[in-house]
Amino acid sequence: MNDAIVLKYQISPDDFTRAGEASSDVKGKLKQLGISPEAVRKVAIAMYEGEINMVIHANGGEIVVEITPAEIKMVLADVGPGIPDVEKAMKAGYSTAPDEVRNLGFGAGMGLPNMKKYTDDMKIETTIGVGTTITMLVKL
Amino acid sequence: MTLRDVQKVLGARVLTGEESLDQVVVSSACGSDMMSDVLAFSKDHSILLTGLCNPQVIRTAELLDIVCLIFVRGKKPDETIIQMAKERGIIVMETGHRMFSSCGMLYQAGLHGGAI
Repeated sequence: MNDAIVLKYQISPDDFTRAGEASSDVKGKLKQLGISPEAVRKVAIAMYEGEINMVIHANGGEIVVEITPAEIKMVLADVGPGIPDVEKAMKAGYSTAPDEVRNLGFGAGMGLPNMKKYTDDMKIETTIGVGTTITMLVKL
Repeated sequence: MTLRDVQKVLGARVLTGEESLDQVVVSSACGSDMMSDVLAFSKDHSILLTGLCNPQVIRTAELLDIVCLIFVRGKKPDETIIQMAKERGIIVMETGHRMFSSCGMLYQAGLHGGAI
């Protein structure tokens, strides 16, 4: 496919103040491309939650965003601790985030549920001690 | 109502965006200290009231197209936060009122929470 646009971001693990920069950049680029505001909003929220998770739980990682005329695919890959119980983690309100993360306004247990809510498809591949890869699709 | 009305109702101090207060008309607001909840439940809100004071508040507002941030309980954002807001064209105010009172005052003045 020669009409796919691919954006790659390295997510820094220890800088909470910069968390969200990649999502904000993607939002700007999607707007420039003339993608509908509704789709831009979905991608921005889902990716931002994912990006925050990577900073909080997984020592950073890499996000690849692929834009085609039909869909926007986001692949968030980290080499963090993995998610022990995905079913539990998907429950609204369930959180393992420490208090200092909550003091920053996150860790309400809404991250993964939000990502699912705002995307058309979400797949989680996770292995304890190896890492997690989350693939999300927003259809255009 | 305009953001000027909002500012008057709350007796708020404007930290950036003073020049736009008379033009910007708002119809709904949300209030929370948890950004995850704002991301989960906010839908076309123009104002976010919060007691949380860090750069992620600006980031959340930016990603949700929120036009005005109001820091409640006398929380004073630092220069970095104000600068970030300025760069993104987000209006920032600060009020000494607590969250509950601030929301109540705005609600009474005609600003509502929008659809759930």
